[in-house]
Amino acid sequence: MSRRLQADLHVHTCLSPCADVKMSPLAVLRRARAVGLDILGISDHNAAENVPAALEAACRYGLRVLPGMEVTSAEEVHVLALFDAYGAVHELQEEVYRHLPGRNDEETFGMQVIANADDEVLGFNPHLLIGATTLGLGEVVQAIHGLGGLAVAAHFDRESYSLTSQLGFVPDDLDLDALEISPRISIEEAVRAYAPRLPLIQSSDAHREEEIGRGRTTFLVEDVSIVEMRKALQGKDGRRIVR
Amino acid sequence: MTLKEIVEGLGLRALTTHECEDRQVTGGYTSDLLSDVMANARPGNLWITLQIHQNIVAVARLKDLAGIVVVNGRRPDDETLRRADAERVAVLGTEDSAFRVSGRLHRLLGDS
Repeated sequence: MSRRLQADLHVHTCLSPCADVKMSPLAVLRRARAVGLDILGISDHNAAENVPAALEAACRYGLRVLPGMEVTSAEEVHVLALFDAYGAVHELQEEVYRHLPGRNDEETFGMQVIANADDEVLGFNPHLLIGATTLGLGEVVQAIHGLGGLAVAAHFDRESYSLTSQLGFVPDDLDLDALEISPRISIEEAVRAYAPRLPLIQSSDAHREEEIGRGRTTFLVEDVSIVEMRKALQGKDGRRIVR
Repeated sequence: MTLKEIVEGLGLRALTTHECEDRQVTGGYTSDLLSDVMANARPGNLWITLQIHQNIVAVARLKDLAGIVVVNGRRPDDETLRRADAERVAVLGTEDSAFRVSGRLHRLLGDS
């Protein structure tokens, strides 16, 4: 039986140095439920250490969390990675950490808070999460797919850190699953502006609580899984994106 | 000034193999955002960048640029260089930073 599920697949937590420190996994999930979301993608910059807490909080609030990450490629393109399970995003994180030079300077970039599901601080991530990995865009997409995830070009319409800003256009041999647009434009405007050959999703890229759910995509799927969502993106087997 | 004269004047290293060195260079453009180059570079410009993704070749061809100078000793991967040869886009390398090679090119070409 198919269900219409509302997803915001790109939400940061207090692990991202540029996100509001009040964005604890618990606060993010509480807000996501309040604004009527069914599926939440937790996607901090180059790390996934608040995913375990978000998964635990999601159980309490009756939402589904997709473990994710927003990876910065060597070209400084932001790529959204989404998975079924924490194990996969943890493996991606290991790969990212091996290719992420530098250490965070809290004074300059902000705190990178690792929290548990009870709003307690577990520690601070020392990596320069605001920085870029040395992994090329093709390598990032390959790593995500190798772990069974969805690879999405983040905030495609934006003038910073997007596939369009950094590389001008979508390379024809890049095996992306979708392009994400920000809440700044509508799907119709994006179709007109880019005539994309890839499926479009919209998400919030929330860095503050009130932004959660401002961009969302409705999936018509049988259940919440990467396989089902990939089918919906491709319009296969009766699954689809509902506009 | 021709590309050949600039290559010699700045001591650039040819990373592609084809000959298009008598191309006139109209000026320089320094940027790492390909969207910006697509919007603002002019035909015949020599493009100075640290980007090595293969899209640089398509952008250079689209804008009819005289060539691409890849800075900081970075080397595009073989696929990028293969495309550049196929599309007849000159890719040149330098150990210089974008600042330094831009300054040296500016001295050669003037404010163009």
